[in-house]
Amino acid sequence: MSEFPFADPFFGLSWLDAIIRIVIVVLVMTLVVVYLTYGERKVVARFQMRLGPTRTGPIGLLQGFADAIKLLIKEDVRPRNADRWVFEFAPYLTFIPVFLVLVALPFAQDWGVRNLALGMFFVFAVLGLNIVGVLMAGLGSGNKYALLGGVRAAAQMISYEIPLVVALLAVAMVAGTLDLNAIVGMQDSRPFILIQPLAFVIFFTAMLSELHRAPFDIPVAESEIVGGYFVEYSGIRWSMFQLAEYASLWAFSIFGSAIFLGGWAFPFGEDWGWGWQLVLTLIKSLIMIMLIFWVRATLPRLRMDQLMSFCWKALIEVSFALLLVNGLFLYYDWPEPILAAVNWVGAILFLGGIYLRAARKPSTKNLVGSYKHAEVPNP
Amino acid sequence: MSIWPEERVAAADSDLDTVDMTVNVGPQHPATHGVFRMVLTVDGELVVGCEPYIGYLHRGLEKLSENADYRQAMGWWDRTDYLAGMCCEGAYTMAVERLAGIEVPERADYIRVIMMELSRINSHFMFLGAFGADVGSFGTSFVYAWRERERIYDLFEEVAGDRMFPTYFRIGGVTMDLPDNFEPRCRWVLGSIKQGLEDMDGLLTGNEVFVERCRGLTPVTPEQAIAWGFTGPMLRATGVPWDIRKAEPYSVYPKIDFEIPVGVQGDVFDRFHVRLAECYQSVRIIEQCLEQMPEGRVLAPKLPKTLRINDGELYMPTEGTKGEYGVYLMAKGGTNPYRAKLRSPSFCNLSALQELVVGSYVADAIIILGSLDIVLGEVDK
Repeated sequence: MSEFPFADPFFGLSWLDAIIRIVIVVLVMTLVVVYLTYGERKVVARFQMRLGPTRTGPIGLLQGFADAIKLLIKEDVRPRNADRWVFEFAPYLTFIPVFLVLVALPFAQDWGVRNLALGMFFVFAVLGLNIVGVLMAGLGSGNKYALLGGVRAAAQMISYEIPLVVALLAVAMVAGTLDLNAIVGMQDSRPFILIQPLAFVIFFTAMLSELHRAPFDIPVAESEIVGGYFVEYSGIRWSMFQLAEYASLWAFSIFGSAIFLGGWAFPFGEDWGWGWQLVLTLIKSLIMIMLIFWVRATLPRLRMDQLMSFCWKALIEVSFALLLVNGLFLYYDWPEPILAAVNWVGAILFLGGIYLRAARKPSTKNLVGSYKHAEVPNP
Repeated sequence: MSIWPEERVAAADSDLDTVDMTVNVGPQHPATHGVFRMVLTVDGELVVGCEPYIGYLHRGLEKLSENADYRQAMGWWDRTDYLAGMCCEGAYTMAVERLAGIEVPERADYIRVIMMELSRINSHFMFLGAFGADVGSFGTSFVYAWRERERIYDLFEEVAGDRMFPTYFRIGGVTMDLPDNFEPRCRWVLGSIKQGLEDMDGLLTGNEVFVERCRGLTPVTPEQAIAWGFTGPMLRATGVPWDIRKAEPYSVYPKIDFEIPVGVQGDVFDRFHVRLAECYQSVRIIEQCLEQMPEGRVLAPKLPKTLRINDGELYMPTEGTKGEYGVYLMAKGGTNPYRAKLRSPSFCNLSALQELVVGSYVADAIIILGSLDIVLGEVDK
């Protein structure tokens, strides 16, 4: 056992220990979700030349709690058309998997609910369950917008799970383990984003899609299907969907920062103690969250078929090629700097391809004002 | 209890056949920009049928105008294209003036053109912002548009005392002269508008996702556009340089130098882009008006206390923000028009919705509707 606190079971009882850890994580999670909603509103407001919430508490800091209380006391409406049990259980099935992800996440060295030897595998498996709740909400609401949203979500999440998992497996191959704590521990001198940049690009794209974030927010498209699968929910059940959305945002950010940005290990490692490790985890996950907010405030939404063709025609091929290249390097034991170099070339080619695709369009930037001088027919 | 009774029964008859589903969009829906309703028949994500319903905002404008004094009817015309109230009241007052043979002082004409072009920018900004939101930008384009719109409305408030429905024009001129500091204020607003247009251009036009969504979506040929009765930016996007301000000039437009932006293939992207380019031309027009504007009266002298027009009829086409905004008036003596008729461009543009939407995806149907840039006050009159 290590010298860090919380590594040993509380009171020496493993079942009591598990309950205490879960309660701590759920409380922290709820608090984080409340402040993520506040943070998103503030950040996006700044992108849009607004102030965001300012009235509730100092600089609006209590806004999230005000919203939560409002949602708790609102009426929980169930449409007459809805399939009763499917409708009522869908929110739980959406947010329980997200909370289960937290069991495996490493917040600092040996800090977490459990250190699972197959941590990464556990995260994949549990996150896949999310779809069930979403599909149940879509089918059970008795609403056609919800049906469209649920089916869109299912198609999208199943498709994007493949590049997500394959890209992370490529990293796991380099690391040689699926234990998240061990993966983070290996990165004390260099984070894996330096060795596997292409995997990070694929992971980040697929993550946006899994989280239903812009530009992949097709299942919840507000201007088309008005919220998608949770359109019929209100009050506490709606807030569970919201909780699941932001909780998975945070869980994914910590997961991604643990695998690619070095989690608690980079750059100070074990030397500076668990306080610094927690701060590092927090800062790195906030960087990821900030990136997601930034993308959301800027990009419009793709169409369903464009989204699918991007996944099946670009991301999956690239991720399997990455897996192949990594395997080749590991089998012949070629040195790591060359592996990193090849990956960087791959990432630059991939992003460059996307850029060139955008550039091959007729130049739109200078079109305004340079339209041909129109010949006007004489009246 | 079955969720969709009729569809389940239909599906039970055939094995493994899919059933078309009807999706009701509107009258309360964020993408319909008002109280417009369309019932889409969808096969999965594909739209196979579309039935538009209008009339939720019908207020009987034409009948009201026929039952009121020529001057009393002014206020209702503001409320047709409520995003560009000045353009509508401009069309109505010019129609009455032509019918009654009233000369307008030159300064009043220039003031009217400034106000109408500001209204046009205002309306186009509303389109740019709302269209960005339709395509899926998370309100950012909307807020960018709103900044400039607020400044234009502030200017209107300073000039006319009201923001959306100013009723600033009078038969024979305008209510009152411009405030003293109008020119510097207006130039500042114009600079801000140019900045806003550049922001909008950078946010949307250069955006790969946006271009990917809009390029090549429902291209319209000039022949089709003319057959459907398209006017305004919808027609110009197909490449036909038809603009009433040049084709059948009114007011002081002949004295002003400006170009007509036209599109190439009439797709959704061109419709967006023509409107963006038109805003630059409107800025040019206003700048020239500010330079050329003479001093003098703003309301014609010796106007009759009660306006009576003897027999006559007239159709006054103007370039509204959405297309040809035409006012038809028929007088048979007395203080009221015998018949008043509005040729509303939004209504004519909207008539092509079914042809454009059928065969596209649900997500595209929304942005095609957005690209038509309808204003329901004008469609329903």
